Amino acid sequence: MTDKHDLTPLWEVFIRPRNGLHHRHVGSLHAADSALALQSARDVYTRRGEGNSIWVVRSSDIAASDPSFAEPNFEPADDKIYRHPTFYDIPDEVGHM
Amino acid sequence: MAAAVASAEDAVLRAILEIADDGLILGHRLSEWCGHAPMLEEELALANMGLDLLGQARALYAHAGALEGKGRTEDDFAFLRRERDYVNCLLVERDNRDFAHTMLRQLYFAAFMQPFWHATVQTSSDETLRGIAAKADKEMSYHLRHSGEWVIRMGDGTEESAARMADAVNELHRYTGELFMVSPARQQAIAAGLLPDPESLRDEWDETIATVFRAAKLELPEIRTMQKGGRDGIHGEDMGHLLAELQFMQRAYPGQTW
Amino acid sequence: MYSQGLIGADSSTTESEEFLKAFQARVDREEKIEPNDPMPEGYRRTLVRQIGQHAHSEIVGMLPEGNWITRAPSLRRKIALLAKVQDEGGHGLYLYSAAETLGVSREQMTEELLSGKAKYSSIFNYPTPTWADIGAIGWLVDGAAIMNQIPLCRCSYGPYARAMIRVCKEESFHQRQGYEIMMTLAKGSEEQKEMAQDALNRWWWPSLMMFGPSDSESTNSDQSMMWKIKRFSNDELRQKFITATVPQAEYLGLTIPDPDLRWNEKTQAYDHGEIDWAEFKAVIKGDGQMNRDRLRARNKAWDEGAWVREAALAHARKRADMKPIAQEAAE
Repeated sequence: MTDKHDLTPLWEVFIRPRNGLHHRHVGSLHAADSALALQSARDVYTRRGEGNSIWVVRSSDIAASDPSFAEPNFEPADDKIYRHPTFYDIPDEVGHM
Repeated sequence: MAAAVASAEDAVLRAILEIADDGLILGHRLSEWCGHAPMLEEELALANMGLDLLGQARALYAHAGALEGKGRTEDDFAFLRRERDYVNCLLVERDNRDFAHTMLRQLYFAAFMQPFWHATVQTSSDETLRGIAAKADKEMSYHLRHSGEWVIRMGDGTEESAARMADAVNELHRYTGELFMVSPARQQAIAAGLLPDPESLRDEWDETIATVFRAAKLELPEIRTMQKGGRDGIHGEDMGHLLAELQFMQRAYPGQTW
Repeated sequence: MYSQGLIGADSSTTESEEFLKAFQARVDREEKIEPNDPMPEGYRRTLVRQIGQHAHSEIVGMLPEGNWITRAPSLRRKIALLAKVQDEGGHGLYLYSAAETLGVSREQMTEELLSGKAKYSSIFNYPTPTWADIGAIGWLVDGAAIMNQIPLCRCSYGPYARAMIRVCKEESFHQRQGYEIMMTLAKGSEEQKEMAQDALNRWWWPSLMMFGPSDSESTNSDQSMMWKIKRFSNDELRQKFITATVPQAEYLGLTIPDPDLRWNEKTQAYDHGEIDWAEFKAVIKGDGQMNRDRLRARNKAWDEGAWVREAALAHARKRADMKPIAQEAAE
């Protein structure tokens, strides 16, 4: 078996399809360093003109929220309907607001 | 062959075939890696570079055929000539050997062709060539960066990789002189303002290679005699085997459409 | 390209009944399962095995077609084939990445392939002696793969489904590439027609085998369906493939090598002759014509690449503070 020390690190790849849009996660790849990771990301994930900018982040550098804490994290937002415009009654005569 | 160059048209055709053949043969070599690369990510990179070069060759053959006006197609040029009529430089036909040889060959070639295409975009009197060059300039910039990064990593990596890189330099450097040699046909194309004079690109090439070698901890070898012959159709012995594969279908089933 | 081969679900598990029920309810609601979500160990193991086999199939699948890249008969065909085989490498990469979200490394999966422990699609253990094989593989093998892969885009495991969406989008040209080659041969000289028919004769039955054993023989298939890893049974997919392919063969003027093949008005499907399952089992077990050559080629590439991978890591360690050349990361 390969020694853990000898494993080529995993990187997460983010591509911006065009200016004005966010970088979006598209997948991952292995590379020894960030320069090679960027080049591989270009070769692997932009073969069909998928983007004009690439970010790579070491997978081990990503901190993720705990799925078992998803309910306390995210459900409290569900009933805060006053954050949404439809919560407020404005007569049609006022026009678009 | 050189002595057979009779007219300015023939000279231009032949000069274009020189660079077209470079693309075809190096593209072919890179395609030999497919399925056998050292890591999956490099499968994609090697194929991308091969596709770029084969694409350049197709555009150049099509242009050569149009200039010649005898109805020869890209495939006629690529598949239906004798070995002595291919005029690629020797560097591009050298065998893949290992990843060190392959990446160094790519670096040497791209460090020449990127400035070559760049100058063609700016100075060529031929609109079609300027169009091909504009695209090829960007493609070769990437090849240069990719191969340069790998040469640095292998040169300054492990003891084994450093030895393999040094071996590749020792083996391949003597084929780089031919990049700058000007055949009589090429001389006419340069004089007609179609293609840049390679001599004007020498400083940039020297500097690129010196920069990469410094980072890679590689030394420039002393070369007693630069090898040449490819532009006169005198190829190494591997070339016949390469062509036997490349032309296999044409030889086994002459005159068919595929 | 891919086949579902012999993949069955691994339903052995140590989780509580309550946990399994809650998980099944999520799957039944068509909620996607994501990497860090709690999941039954059997679900995880089944996915690791299936995605791993799928990835290996893409990688080994590069070899039979790669055999013709340097001999392709025109520049147009050469470029299309190189791009297609390259795509297969890319698809292997996406799939290994999807499997890695389940806590298994690409190195581990690679070692299982190289040692012969992991399986891959049996179709790639047949040789490609003629150019027509490149046409037949694109048409039939990629055609069969598409039947399999489209439902996988809706697989319950998020990373696998997302990888498959990308794969299916990219593969849309693969089958057309193959069929175009077959069309050219079928319209060509007598010799070319014979070459096309010969390739169809050799690839037809192995293509049907790609869908895996008959439903009555397929073990643990039900569990995969329950977990929505799999959406259709082997026989359903095989039948869909035959229905789609028969008219394509007729258009080419080629004969499908099955004297028992005929349309059944009652079932609204084609009846077909008996598949040689003994051959299928032999090839899966390693006794196909090319099994050893395929594994030898993969081992050689991996072994000969070791010093390159080590060099890149050694260089990275020397320059741990190396900054990327590109500027994007600074945005």
